[in-house]
Amino acid sequence: MYSRAPFIFFVLILVLIGLGSIYYRHVEMGVPLTAGEQIEIWQIEAQLEFTGNDAAVNAKLTLPTDINYTLLDETTASPAYGVHVLRDELKAEVIWSKRRVQGKQTLYYKASYKKAVNPGTEPAAQGSPELEVWPEPYQGSAQILLDDAFNKSGNQATLVLQLLDLLNSDHQHMAMLLSKYSKSEVLVQLMTMAEMPAMLVRGLVLEGGRRNQQLIPLIKAFINDAWQIINVDSATTLNDLPILVWQQDSPSLFDVEGGRNSKIFFSISKSSQSGLLEANRLINRDDVIDFGLYHLPIDQQNLFRGILLLPIGALVVVFLRVIIGLKCSGTFMPILIATSFIQTELVNGVIGFLLIVSIGLVIRSYLSHLNLLLVSRISAVVIVVIGIIILFTVLAFRLGLTEALTISFFPMIIMAWTIERMSILWEEEGGKEVLIQGGGSLIVAVIAYLMMDNVLIRHWAFNFLGVHCLIMAVILLMGQYTGYRLLELRRFKPMAED
Amino acid sequence: MRNLANPFTLRERGIMGMNQRNFSYIGRYNDRALYPNVDDKLKTKTLALEYGIAVPDLIGVIRYQHQVTHVFDILAKHNGFCIKPAKGSGGKGILVILHSDANGYQKPSGDYVPKDEIIRHISNILAGLFSLGGTADVAVIEALIEFDPIFDGLSHEGVPDIRLIVFQGYPMMAMLRLSTHASDGKANLHQGAVGVGIDIATGKAKRAVQYDQPITTHPDTGKKLADIQISDWQQLLYLSAGCFEMSGLAYLGADIVLDKQKGPLVLELNARPGLAIQIANGIGMLPRLKAIEAMDRRRTKSIAERVDYAIKNFNN
Repeated sequence: MYSRAPFIFFVLILVLIGLGSIYYRHVEMGVPLTAGEQIEIWQIEAQLEFTGNDAAVNAKLTLPTDINYTLLDETTASPAYGVHVLRDELKAEVIWSKRRVQGKQTLYYKASYKKAVNPGTEPAAQGSPELEVWPEPYQGSAQILLDDAFNKSGNQATLVLQLLDLLNSDHQHMAMLLSKYSKSEVLVQLMTMAEMPAMLVRGLVLEGGRRNQQLIPLIKAFINDAWQIINVDSATTLNDLPILVWQQDSPSLFDVEGGRNSKIFFSISKSSQSGLLEANRLINRDDVIDFGLYHLPIDQQNLFRGILLLPIGALVVVFLRVIIGLKCSGTFMPILIATSFIQTELVNGVIGFLLIVSIGLVIRSYLSHLNLLLVSRISAVVIVVIGIIILFTVLAFRLGLTEALTISFFPMIIMAWTIERMSILWEEEGGKEVLIQGGGSLIVAVIAYLMMDNVLIRHWAFNFLGVHCLIMAVILLMGQYTGYRLLELRRFKPMAED
Repeated sequence: MRNLANPFTLRERGIMGMNQRNFSYIGRYNDRALYPNVDDKLKTKTLALEYGIAVPDLIGVIRYQHQVTHVFDILAKHNGFCIKPAKGSGGKGILVILHSDANGYQKPSGDYVPKDEIIRHISNILAGLFSLGGTADVAVIEALIEFDPIFDGLSHEGVPDIRLIVFQGYPMMAMLRLSTHASDGKANLHQGAVGVGIDIATGKAKRAVQYDQPITTHPDTGKKLADIQISDWQQLLYLSAGCFEMSGLAYLGADIVLDKQKGPLVLELNARPGLAIQIANGIGMLPRLKAIEAMDRRRTKSIAERVDYAIKNFNN
């Protein structure tokens, strides 16, 4: 007797590796769970214009560091300028420089962003910012407004809502404050007075097809242990449109030394892309340990797309034989037939298979009269199969049946062996057994094909290699299944009656 | 669902399924290295002679293609004979010749076979047409069995044989296989042969099935199957029990025929015997297998002790 513990342990390890790898691929790398999943990509173009003073120019544009968005790529277009993109933990900026500039200049910076798959959390606010006291009577009015809002609220979140309400009301103190300060400044001042960390940032509303956009003032406030973006004009904390925070912690958005009349515009366009492609593009760049096959040349990738379907087919065969108890000729012959069905499509494939096997059987029955040795006979059958395939291909082409041309995808050696086995089966056990086993093989092949041709299964088999660990675990478990097969329940039916 | 048995009922009645047979018995008890002892009939025969197990006489062996034409020298001395592939399975490739005369060689069906056909058959055997995995094989020529008159009217063309399942050397379940017109003279139950369950204790028929359904008479001859009593039953049990030591396989199917003169002879052994024997006997084999597995010191028992145990305990 032996212990089952190591076996169970091994299966568990496989399941854990499989699930872990699937989790990692999906959650950390953003590989989508379904094949056709699209993600939105925003292409943002910043257009910086200025007039040169006939002197050296250093133009600096602050770039976004919003952790809720992932930068996919960036480019600059600026004739004859030296361009540097500087990025570190605190800030990101692009600097254009040129020794001598005169006349109107236009510099472009383009970037594409997508929503981050798994955004990190921003560090919590370090205490509340220092209060800069406004001159009277403004500071007094602000205090009155804050007291008013404070009394009508229960916690930080409702206080913010009250302040926003006040901001858009025609309260006389508010009117006075707004005569000197902008709405955003007032709100930040009020929140700072309430010891809630808040700061002014500027961001871009991401909406496709917009041109000549400017950054809008926003307030980033630390409410209930999380940073939130408040759009003062829409007077809400819920963003209908996504907002990319562009400028934060830096005094100016752009800064042109040696130029005048400087202006900046943003235009935004939205596009959809396959989530899968994007996920894999990022993997290439980050160069982390990955379980994907996207580093391989396309040829190899396509090869593996096919190979990685075989475990699915094997699973089907094991299930149908061990659990259902279907008889088929040759253990894995049906999988190979199923892979050729993928090329030929199902109906063509089944018709082609039946044609090749039946004609092969007729010719094989003649060969058996020639009294040949086994190896020669099978070799002869191989050649006959090739002949049949050529014949049908040419016939189909002449008749204009282009769908039938795919018949040449059948594996010829396998077909020859199938014919040989069926033929022997016919001679020894009769036509009925040939129909049972041939039909069984065909059923297994069709089921395997339907599984292997499923878009979702193909996607999983290639993109989540962890699936194969799970398949392995299931196959191992079925390898120790000692219960009855489904068809045995029918076979032993008389035994259960009395 | 009306056509399916309840798996729990089957389990309760001790019916063994294919998966359990493969995993818990064949996989666990039958060492792969010993398979050639039973898969190669020539080797089985050699072993049988060493262990004193009665087998049909060996007339000759054809090993190479160039010897094929010499087969007629060997055959000339014998009237009836049987040509088999040494590594054949499931009764494939067995050519039985009842007698030879001026017209050629006569098969049990009455058809005559020309010399060409015999040469072709042997060539096929040598090329591995009938062997497991298609490997090259040798042709074994055996003396014909003159079957015991007790089987008169019970078999169509083929030789009736008795299949015994021997577990750890204990004969555990037995069935008589009668070929029919439907099975084309073959003794395989799934091809339509009749299976008659035999009581291990007495050698008497218990019940009979064809195509898994109970029957009472032979479908071709109409002879009553319940009257069958196998002669030399005790000797047959000894013979089958001895096959364990000879082959080394703990889960074994022994196919035994009764010869008119020589008594029971082991025709062939099978390392993967089928499950139809349970249907023929109307009982599952798991309780018996478990009883033997649960025994102490079962390996030190002699053949006689094991047969006695089987007769006492497996008598229903």
